[in-house]
Amino acid sequence: MAQVTLRKVVKKYDEVLAVRGIDLDITDKEFIVLVGPSGCGKSTTLRMIAGLEEISGGDIAIGGHVVNDVPPKDRDIAMVFQNYALYPHMNVYENMSFGLKLKKTPKDVIDQRVRQAAQILDITELLDRKPKQLSGGQRQRVAMGRAIVRDPKVFLFDEPLSNLDAKLRVQMRTEIKKVHQKVRTTTVYVTHDQVEAMTLADRVVVMNGGIIEQVGSPNDLYHSPATKFVAGFIGSPAMNFISCQLEQAAGALRVRLNDTLSFPVPADRTTRYTPYVGKPNLMLGLRPEHITETRPHTEPNQHDFDMMIDVVEPMGMETLVYFTVNGREICGRVNPNAGAEAAQSMKLRADLSNMHLIDDSTGKVL
Amino acid sequence: MANASIAGEAPGRPKYGSMSRDRTWALRWSYFFLVLFAIFFLMPPIYMLITSLKTSAEISAATNPWWISNPTLQNYIDLLSQNHFLVFFRNSAIVSICVVILTMMISVIAAFALARMKFWGSATLATGVFLTYLIPETLLFIPLFKMFSWVNEVFGIQLMNHWWTMIILYPTLTVPFATWIMIGYFASIPKELDEAALIDGATWMQTLTKIFIPVALPGIIAATIFTFTVAWAQFLYPLAFTTSTSELVLPVGIITTLIKGDVFNWGQIMTGALLGAAPPLIIYAFLMDYYIAGLTAGATKG
Repeated sequence: MAQVTLRKVVKKYDEVLAVRGIDLDITDKEFIVLVGPSGCGKSTTLRMIAGLEEISGGDIAIGGHVVNDVPPKDRDIAMVFQNYALYPHMNVYENMSFGLKLKKTPKDVIDQRVRQAAQILDITELLDRKPKQLSGGQRQRVAMGRAIVRDPKVFLFDEPLSNLDAKLRVQMRTEIKKVHQKVRTTTVYVTHDQVEAMTLADRVVVMNGGIIEQVGSPNDLYHSPATKFVAGFIGSPAMNFISCQLEQAAGALRVRLNDTLSFPVPADRTTRYTPYVGKPNLMLGLRPEHITETRPHTEPNQHDFDMMIDVVEPMGMETLVYFTVNGREICGRVNPNAGAEAAQSMKLRADLSNMHLIDDSTGKVL
Repeated sequence: MANASIAGEAPGRPKYGSMSRDRTWALRWSYFFLVLFAIFFLMPPIYMLITSLKTSAEISAATNPWWISNPTLQNYIDLLSQNHFLVFFRNSAIVSICVVILTMMISVIAAFALARMKFWGSATLATGVFLTYLIPETLLFIPLFKMFSWVNEVFGIQLMNHWWTMIILYPTLTVPFATWIMIGYFASIPKELDEAALIDGATWMQTLTKIFIPVALPGIIAATIFTFTVAWAQFLYPLAFTTSTSELVLPVGIITTLIKGDVFNWGQIMTGALLGAAPPLIIYAFLMDYYIAGLTAGATKG
């Protein structure tokens, strides 16, 4: 049993607050990803869990025991670093067995564990090599092997894939997921890459400016973001934000973007949105995939409109079209065969059943 | 292969501004200056060698100084059969080895602490260490003199005129520099390496002995060679602090025993200097690769 609990955890560097009192419950065997832009406090949080940074306030508990003043080696954790941090003068076997040797584990147990971990990671034939003789991906595996061998309560990953090229990154991402499925150890993983976060996590923790914006499953975050930041951070291309006003006419609501463009609000949201009628600083959030070409069959809450296309970006399986509304560049995803052309008018379709209404003054999704 | 086929397609084409042309000229200039410097710096030792193989009469005769008419090993035989010289050699050897051990023990640990253990004032201390190195020894020996007489007055320990005093004196010169080299070297080791060791359960001392020292071995060897050279060649301190023949180290011993009044025994002086230069030379020869690796550390990414 190794749940990790953070209670009002604060980190202060001199007078700068890097982490502003976060609460987080990580359950046993869970794969949690901390994601956010650089400087959001995600790495600091991880390093505080590891014990590499002292915490300035609050409590961190691993497996039910508060570890605020416990040194890293007694926290029963293993960490994989961005630059792997393999000991350059030791071969792979020695690298993996170093921690166990320091713990005075019997030789045969060490040997068995190292070979088992090497087998899981498919690096058995590399055991005699020095880190210098390994490729980036192999080093990454060894770094993971060093973590697995110690059979810790918690795995900590600090942007482990950032040093790899794009193709290898995707491959190692799958590898990490596979390893977690085999080993089932509680894992805290830090990344700035939202795709990595979405694909790996049981739950994603989105951080910004030293606070947690939202915690949830990848699908929750994608479909029901709690804040404008999460809505904009998760998903690529990012969600479109268009300034709008909410109007009430004959019992129905409409989002008005400008004089010529307005859409009816889906009926099931009328009650939720009614208090915001006429309020300033409202924004309509709509993901690019909910702005498409027109299709013969119309679902409820889908509305067609004409728009002058500025830029067309063919991606192969889809084509991205960019146009301007209220001075903002808006992105839509259309079928490659829809005939989108730059500087030409095109009939597009907005799917309002996936709309988000955002109060721009608070950043909250309403 | 690619080069060969391109050259084959266009035989005799002039290579305007090509890489190989630039390279050829760069090499020519390199050779020119390297040969020039080699001659310049090898001249004195060669002159020493030639002089050491001559008799006193031939040295003072007005013949070609670069030519030996009657080569003789008499200077070597005389010098090595003198008890003095062997005592100087022994004193120098013991002093140098002890200084190297003492210096490395202090500076490796000091550098590790200054480079890695964040503590109050560590940055100031590191700068202080470097400033210590900038103070010339000529300024230090007078206060040291005072200190020694104070020690003698207060504790009754006579530090003057003992060869072993050099063992505590030389580190005032070697420790700051060796520490400075090691701080630089340790600082180039990625921070994650000691964090990984820390998580693996290593204590600070284990991190030092099992991770830092093996990884920084080239730097440690460079510092060792430097320390040995300084200790072996140190002249001013032994000249100031030792007087009895039995307490002298090699550089001072050669000068004080082989120059009698205004009589210079050039043949033996040169022989002594040449023999005295041998130990550092041998050490350099064996550890050269490490030394260069140590000096260029951090210049390129491992």
